[in-house]
Amino acid sequence: MTHLEKLEATSVHILREAYREFKSLVMLWSIGKDSTAMLWLTRKAFFGHVPFPLVHIDTAFKIPEMIAYRDKLAREWRLNMIVGQNTQAIAEKRTFPDGKLSRLECCKVLKSEALKHTLSGDWTRFRFDHKLGKYVEDTNKEPYTGVIVGARADEEGSRSKERYFSPRDRDSEWDIGDQPPELWGQYKTDFAPGTHVRVHPLLDWTELDIWEYIGKENIPVVPLYFNRGDGKRYRSLGCWPCTAPVESTAGNVQEVIEELKTGKLANIAERSGREQDKEDSGGLETLRRGGYM
Amino acid sequence: MEQISVVVVGHVDHGKSTLIGRLLADTNSLPQGKLEQVRTMCVRNAKPFEYAFLLDALKDEQSQGITIDTARCFFKTEKRRYIIIDAPGHIEFLKNMITGAARADAAFIVIDAEEGIKENSRRHGYMISMLGIGQVSVLVNKMDLVGYKEEIFNEIRKEYTDFLGRLNVHPANFIPISAFKGVNVASTSDRTPWYRGMTVLEQFDAFEKGDVRASLPFRFPVQDIYKFTEDGDTRRIFAGTVETGKAEMGDKIVFLPSGKRSRINTIEGFNTPGRTIVAPGEAVGFTLQTQVYVKPGELMVKAAEDQPHVSPRFRANLFWMGHAPMIKDKKYKLKLGALRAPLQLVEILNVIDASDLTSVANKQQVDRHDVAECILEAPRPVAFDLSGKIRFTGRFVIVDNYEIAGAGIVLEDIRSEDSALRRHVSDREFAWESSGISSAQRTAAYGHSAKFVVFTGDHQEKTEVLAAALEKHLFSHNFKTYYLRMANVISGLDVDIKHESEVRDEHIRRLGELARILTDSGQIFITSLSNVDDYDLKTLELLNKPNEILVINVGENHFSHYQVALTLDVQAEEVHSLEKVAALLKEKKVILEYYL
Repeated sequence: MTHLEKLEATSVHILREAYREFKSLVMLWSIGKDSTAMLWLTRKAFFGHVPFPLVHIDTAFKIPEMIAYRDKLAREWRLNMIVGQNTQAIAEKRTFPDGKLSRLECCKVLKSEALKHTLSGDWTRFRFDHKLGKYVEDTNKEPYTGVIVGARADEEGSRSKERYFSPRDRDSEWDIGDQPPELWGQYKTDFAPGTHVRVHPLLDWTELDIWEYIGKENIPVVPLYFNRGDGKRYRSLGCWPCTAPVESTAGNVQEVIEELKTGKLANIAERSGREQDKEDSGGLETLRRGGYM
Repeated sequence: MEQISVVVVGHVDHGKSTLIGRLLADTNSLPQGKLEQVRTMCVRNAKPFEYAFLLDALKDEQSQGITIDTARCFFKTEKRRYIIIDAPGHIEFLKNMITGAARADAAFIVIDAEEGIKENSRRHGYMISMLGIGQVSVLVNKMDLVGYKEEIFNEIRKEYTDFLGRLNVHPANFIPISAFKGVNVASTSDRTPWYRGMTVLEQFDAFEKGDVRASLPFRFPVQDIYKFTEDGDTRRIFAGTVETGKAEMGDKIVFLPSGKRSRINTIEGFNTPGRTIVAPGEAVGFTLQTQVYVKPGELMVKAAEDQPHVSPRFRANLFWMGHAPMIKDKKYKLKLGALRAPLQLVEILNVIDASDLTSVANKQQVDRHDVAECILEAPRPVAFDLSGKIRFTGRFVIVDNYEIAGAGIVLEDIRSEDSALRRHVSDREFAWESSGISSAQRTAAYGHSAKFVVFTGDHQEKTEVLAAALEKHLFSHNFKTYYLRMANVISGLDVDIKHESEVRDEHIRRLGELARILTDSGQIFITSLSNVDDYDLKTLELLNKPNEILVINVGENHFSHYQVALTLDVQAEEVHSLEKVAALLKEKKVILEYYL
C-alpha cells in the first residue's frame, strides 16, 4: 500500500468505528480542504453514502464563495446539511472588528459558542430541505454527542497530542493531562451519559497529504485555494476579516502540491495567514480547551 | 515515499525530547524561524535554551518540564519520511506512552549514562516487547556528563542487553550519544573515538519496515454490515479492515465464532477501480454469494486456511492502566478485533513487576501498572489467534467503567467444559429446594410433562402468532401452559438492563432462569425469540436444566451447530404448522397420544 492508501484506510476504519459506536453522530464541515477530503473519505467508508448529518457553523463572515460551494455539494451529494449560527452576536455586532472583541474573542463567540449550542440543540439549527431547495428550521433538537472533526496533528502543537477518539466533558472541555490510551486499532468508544466525543480521522495527515489525496481522487474544492490571475490564493480558509491570501501563482492542485513540496511555502506554517493565532502564543490551545475545533 | 513511525521511550528526564529537538534542528526539519522563536522565548524568560522546548508545544508541559503526552513530529531523510513519536517517561503517563509506542514500527530506548538503567527503562522495555515492536535501538545519552567513558557505556550495554534478552527483545545496537551536544546524533564525533557504529540518524534509515502480515492466514474482523438503501442501493456489505493475509473473489469463507459459511462475491469500494483481491491493511467491503446472518464483531477467515481458536476462555498477559484494580467476579468489556463482549477475570496466575521482572506472589487483584498473567473468560466463545502465531488477532483491550483500562496478548486457548455458566447452574441446583410435589405427580395430574418451547425465526410476527396459537390450542385441551411475550419482560422484569453490550445476554439469562421456575411448576412454557444464535439457545438449554427445551424454528434455519427440534415453513398454514408441533410434542412424549 502507498502512503496515501494507508492514511485512507486508517481514516476509513475510524469513520466506520464512529458510525458503529455512536448513535448521535455528526461531521463538522468547515468547507475547507481538510474537512472536504474527510467528507470524501466518508463516502469511501460507506460506499458512496454519507450516513450522518454535516454541520457547518456559519459565522456570517465566511467568504461568499464558500457558502455557494457548500450548498452546491449539499445538493449534488444529497447531504444532510445542518447550519448553525450565533445570530444574536451577529445582530448585536459583538464581533471583530465592529465590536470591542479581539480576534480570539470573536472566534470564541462566533465559532466555539455557536458550535456548542448547535451541537447541544438549544440554539436553532437550519437543515437543508432538498425538496424546497433551501434551509429550514430543523425540528430535531436532540443533542449530538459524537462529532467528527478534521483536525490534523501537523497543524500546530496542541493538535499533535489529540487522540483519534477524544472525550469532552459536559462543558466541551478537553482534559489534555488525562487522555485515553489508543492502541491496536482500539479507541475509547464507551462514554458515560452526558459526555461526548470528538473523532479525528485526519490526525495523521499532513497538509501535503491532503492535497495529494485531493489530486489523486479528483475531489472538488473551493476555487479560493487557487490563484485566479491576481497572484494570490488562500492556503487556509476562514472568516474574511482574519484570513489573508498568500502570494502564489499555483492555479491548480498539481501546482499547489509542487509549491508545498519545493516552493517558497515549504517551510512556512500553513496557518500563517490566520491572524487569530498570533494574538497569544498558545492561542489555538486556549481555544481548543474551550471547545474550538 | 516510504514512511515509518519510530517511538522514543525511556525513563523520565533521560533526554528523549532533547534528542528529538536536536535531531529536528540538525536535519533542518524545523519550520522557518522556529528555532529562533524558542531561543528568543528562553531569553525573555531568562531560561537556558533547551532543544526539548521545541517539542513542548503545550503550556502545562512547559510548566511541569516533563512530557505528558506523545507528540508526533515529522522529518525526512533521503531514504524516506519519518514520524517520530515522543513518548512520556513518567509512570503516571504510561497509557500515553503505550498509545505512542503502539503505532510505532521501531523504537529507540533512551538511557541516561549518568543515572543508568532506571525503573521505567525496564518497564518500557517490557512494553516494547508486549506491543510486539521487533526493532529496537538503545541510546545511551548524556555521555558528556560521564566524560564519554567507554566502560560506563559497556556496563549499561551489558546489563540492559541481559534484561531485554529475558523479554526476547534483541536490540539492533547501542549508541553512545549526547543529545545536548549533538554527539552521534546527526553526525559522528571525535568525542567517542572508541565507537565505530551508526549515528542515530543512520540508525533511522537502518530500521526495516518489516511487514509479515501478507504471509499470514486471512483475518478480517467484521466491523459492520451495511445496507444503505438510498438511491436504490441493494448491496449488503460486510465492512472492515483486513488484519492479515489475502482474499480473492470466489474464496470460501467462514465467520467465527458462529461458523456460518459463504463465498466472496464482490469486493466493494467507492471511486476505486474494481479489484479482485484484498491485502492486509486495506479497509474494504465484501458482498457474499449467499446471504448469511452474522453480527458485527465476528472474524471472517478463509475456509481453506489455518483456523483461529474459538473458545470462551484463554490465558493472557496483560497490563493494567485503570485507576481501579482489576478484580475477579466483576464484569468487564473485551474488545478484540471488531468484537465486543463481556469479560471476567477467572484467575491470576502471576503478577510481574515490569520494572525488574520479579514475580509478586499471591496477588488477588491486578493493580495499576501491574503486568499480569491470568485466565480470562467471556460468557460465549470468542474467535482469536495466539499472539505467538498471529499477533494482530491475538491482542485485545479491556474496558472498565467506560475507559480502556487494560491491554493484553493471548498466550493459550484454555478449552474447558467448565464455564461460569456451568458453575452457576451447578451451584443453583445444589441450593435448589425441591417441591413436595414431584414432577411425576404433576405429569400424572396435568396429563403432560413440563417443557420449555422456544419459537425462533427471522419473521418475528409469524413466530409470535404461532406461539400464541399453540398456547390457545394447548389451553383448550386443558393443558397447563403459558406463552410469555417478550415485550412483557422487556418493559417489566428486565427494565433495569441498561448496559448496551450486555442487554441481549442478560435478557437471555433471565429468560432461562424464568424457564427453570415455570417448567418446575409443570407447565408447558412457551416463548418466541427472533435474532438468537447458537449460543443463546445453548445458554437457555443449560439454564433450564434439569428440565428440557424444544426449539422450533420458523423459516430459514440459520443455526450452524444447534439442532432444532423442528423447522416449519414460514408460508405454511397455521393449522398445518400446529399439527406438526402437536406431533412433535407427542413424539417427545410431552403430551400423551390419547389427549389430542
